[in-house]
This record gives sequence, structure tokens and C-alpha cells, in this order.
Amino acid sequence: MLSTELAGVKLKSPTVLASGILGVTGASLAAVAKAGAGAVTSKSISLQGRKGHPTPVIATYSQGMVNAVGLSNAGVDETLAEIEFAVKNAGAPVIASIFASTITEFGKVAGAVSQANPDIIEVNISCPNVEDEFGRPFACDPGIAAVVTKKVKKSTNIPIFVKLSPNVPNIAPIAKAVQNEGADGITAVNTVGPGMVINIEAAAPVLTNKVGGVSGPAIKPIAVKCVYEAYKATGLPIIGTGGVTTGRDAVEMIMAGASAAGIGTGVYYRGPEIFSKVSEEIQEFMDKEGYKSIDEMRGVAHEER
Amino acid sequence: MKNDEFIVVRLEEVHRESGDTTTLTIPYKLNSKPGQFVMLWLPGKGEKPISISGEKEGKFQVSVCAVGPFSEAVSKLKKGDKIGFRGPFGTHFKIPKDSTSLAMVGGGYGSAPLSYLAEEATAQGKKVYFIEGARTKARLLFTERMKQAGAEVLLCTDDGSEGPKCYSPDVLKTVLETHKIDKVFTCGPEIMMKKVAELSKEAKIRCEVSMERYMKCGIGICGQCCVDDIGLCLCTNGPIIPGDLALEIKEFGSYHRDSTGKKV
Repeated sequence: MLSTELAGVKLKSPTVLASGILGVTGASLAAVAKAGAGAVTSKSISLQGRKGHPTPVIATYSQGMVNAVGLSNAGVDETLAEIEFAVKNAGAPVIASIFASTITEFGKVAGAVSQANPDIIEVNISCPNVEDEFGRPFACDPGIAAVVTKKVKKSTNIPIFVKLSPNVPNIAPIAKAVQNEGADGITAVNTVGPGMVINIEAAAPVLTNKVGGVSGPAIKPIAVKCVYEAYKATGLPIIGTGGVTTGRDAVEMIMAGASAAGIGTGVYYRGPEIFSKVSEEIQEFMDKEGYKSIDEMRGVAHEER
Repeated sequence: MKNDEFIVVRLEEVHRESGDTTTLTIPYKLNSKPGQFVMLWLPGKGEKPISISGEKEGKFQVSVCAVGPFSEAVSKLKKGDKIGFRGPFGTHFKIPKDSTSLAMVGGGYGSAPLSYLAEEATAQGKKVYFIEGARTKARLLFTERMKQAGAEVLLCTDDGSEGPKCYSPDVLKTVLETHKIDKVFTCGPEIMMKKVAELSKEAKIRCEVSMERYMKCGIGICGQCCVDDIGLCLCTNGPIIPGDLALEIKEFGSYHRDSTGKKV
């Protein structure tokens, strides 16, 4: 009853490990899949390796966390073996997340990562903690988002999900723009902000990068609204990500229009067991309310009363 | 809701140990256990995971060896300077209730968490054989502290300047052959720990090792410290793990990943 589909890719549970969490190594991705995730997403991969920002890169606060890991990764050549390991051992669909600083590079990374045969490629055009280096995320402009989508789509035969930013006045035209260029689905949303946490005894921002993307329970209403708008505009499969910590949160995302719920910061609160726990909680809710499938719940919040 | 914000306090004491090691006394009741670590933060200088080298009477200690820009900055701190930390994190060494004799094998800075453990063990009335190896005499750490705690201290050095000229697992081998040991604990270079875990396994004695990897978050999410091929996340499922489990980890004693995730 919990099965769902993302652009033809079948998931046993509508829970997806979000990019940036436990996704550096293939072994770790496989372990999270075995802990119950319906699909797992790698940490974002670029053409060349990147060291990322200096620590501290994560600051928790009362309602979530702020991070500026800075897209560290070993580069696509080094990382291929990690994705291959995950594809071979996870027993669940593997989503390879990619990013780049130019349109051309997006095409190259997408082509290169396809060699590892991930089930889906997630196109991260929305990281908010590298603005100093990359400027405003591509996801903030429908025109640029469309061009990136077109380029990636041309470079691979694997279904692509474009990861959008919540930091825009209206996500709908951007969702529509990537759909028009062939996006097979949308991941909504990346972190909010950027935001800042100041430690008052140290009288200084906690993150060395000073600012970072905000995640966790605090951003859930923003994420739900973005999923709702993106679904209304496109009807595409959506991985609804942002503040999902319980099965009830996941149901909320699905009712807004998501086909699956992404979980990232929630792993901090409930450990890798969160995936099996959330699945059980979704099932309990469905039993109580008489829903027979994820598909039946999907987008029901759009119905006029 | 769960939160691991930094706590920032003023240092109560700064003590220079042998070599390049400095022990900081931080006035805060952490409720830590031997083997656990904190993420230590110096605003502007960065953040690193550091094992806890002791805690009593509402204060805890960390011992830092000056090996890079961060630890050098920490080494220059003075009493009254501010320091930030979050934790304690990770798993801890477990002293079995039914044990009487314990062996601890430390190498280099690995002796820091083991001295914390040895003090707890002797306070519980356990017999402790504290085996410590170093390149040379001047690099041996906490030997006086261990003697004061009542441990039987067995030293060895690579150059023979203190104790026999051999490696600490060689000393452990002799101890295991001549004494009834209930459990072995080890912390130090991985090649040493691997040898210790293998010797303990052969002798059918329980063993715990302290295994660490490059860590960014300390709270089980960034994925930087997950090890091959089992995907175990060492900041939350470690650093203290059974020796047998460590021997199942492909990279134990052979490779690790740098801050980008590249194997080195």
C-alpha cells in the first residue's frame, strides 16, 4: 500500500533520503536504503572535487538547523564508484544529485554520472550557501532553470528531477519552465534562506561561512506551499522535501501533491530509523482514514470543498 | 526539540603536557563517558572533534596536540579565554561489571581517552594494565597520571628510550599470555589497533577500539565518517566499537576519506 512511483521508477515506500545527508559514500547510501528508505539521494556531485566551507558547517537551533557544507565532494570521476556501489547494493532506487557552476558543466556532469546508472538524476540548481562563489542560484530565474534542464536532458537518458528553491516569490513559473524543457520530475525544496545563527557568548556567527541554508521543522509550511504550487502548475511527480520528521508530515507533503517525501534533517532527530518509522506512521494514518494507496492521497488538498 | 547548540565558556585551566600536547580544563558538567568526544570550536579558527580526556566535579578536560592551524590556536589559549563546544557525542567504552582485570593499549594521543577510562576502572576496583607506546620517551603521555590512578603502566618506545624497544601490541601479547584479562581497550594509530583487535580475537577476549574518521557534523547526518562496506556512521555508531566489528570494516587500518570524500 505504501508503494509509489517517480517518473516510472518504483519505490516500496514514499520516503526518500534527501541530498546532503549520509550521502558521501555508496556504503552509507546502501545502509540508509536497508534502514527503510524508499530511495536514496547522493550528496551533490560536481565535475571537479571541492573542499567545501571550513567547519563549523552545521549549526542546530531550537527549530531546525542551518548548514553551509559548501557542496564538498570528490568530483564526478572519484564519486562514480560510490554511486555504482549504491546502485549494486542498496536494493532501492538511487538518485544521483549533481550541480555545476555553468550550463556546459551541468551537461558534462550529467553525462559522466550516467555511466554509474543511477535510477534518477537530481539536478541541484538551488543551493543557497554558495552565493559568494556562484551568485544567485539558477533556480531563482525561470529562464536559466529552463536552459539547465534542457542541457541536462540532452546529456542523459536517465529521468531527471530538478531541485527547486523556496527562495523565490512564486515557484510555479520555474516549475513550469523546467517541465517545458523536459524535466521528468521536481524535488521541492532546497533549504530556505540563507539564514544565520549567532552564538551570543561568542558574539559571532556560528558558521564559518556566516550564512547557511535553513532546514528542519521550521521550514515545513514553506515547503508544503511550494509543493502545492509546483503540483498545481505541472502535475509532475514531486519529491516533497523540507521539515518532514513524522509520517503525518509526509502525508501533508503527499496531499500537497508530492509522490514521495524527502527526509534530511529528520535523520538528526530520529536517526536512520526515521525511514521505517515514517513509513509505519503513514500506514497507520492511511488505515485510520481509509486510504488505499499513496496515489489516492496525492494532491487531495487541491480539491475544492 | 533536540538541539546541539554550542556552549561557550571561559577556560579554567590550561596545562602543558609532554610533547606538543595541551590539556584544557573546561568548567561544565558534560555528563560524558570515557571514549566520547566533543566538537571544539574556536570562533574564526574552526571546529574539530576532540576526545574527552577526563571529567569530574563539574569540569571536563580535552587534550589537544598541536598538529595543524586549529590545534595550534587551541594550544595557545590561556586561562580565562573563551572556548566553544557541543557534545558529548558518540559511543563510549564499557567496563563489564563482572570483570576484574582490564588491558588498555594506547598509542600517541590515543592515551587521552584511555586515561579517562583507566581512572574510572581503577576507581571501580578493577586491575588495569596500561600499555603505552610512543616513538620516543618524550612522546609518552599521561604516564604519571596513570600511575597515580593505580594502573600498572607498561611502556615501550620505537627507539628504546623508555621501556623495551618494541610496539605496544607486542607488550599486549605478553600480558595476554601471562595474565587473565577480561577485556581489552585500545585507542591510537589504526595499524596498532588492528593488531590489538586481532590479538584479542585470537585470545577470545572482548575488545573495544576507538575508530575515527573525518567528521564535519558529529551528529550523524553529513555522512563524511561512514565506513566501507557496512556504511556505519562513526560519529554516532562509534567512535567506540567492538574489535570484531572493526575487523569487518574494509578500510580499518588501510584507508580513509578526506574532507571532500576522496579515498586517501
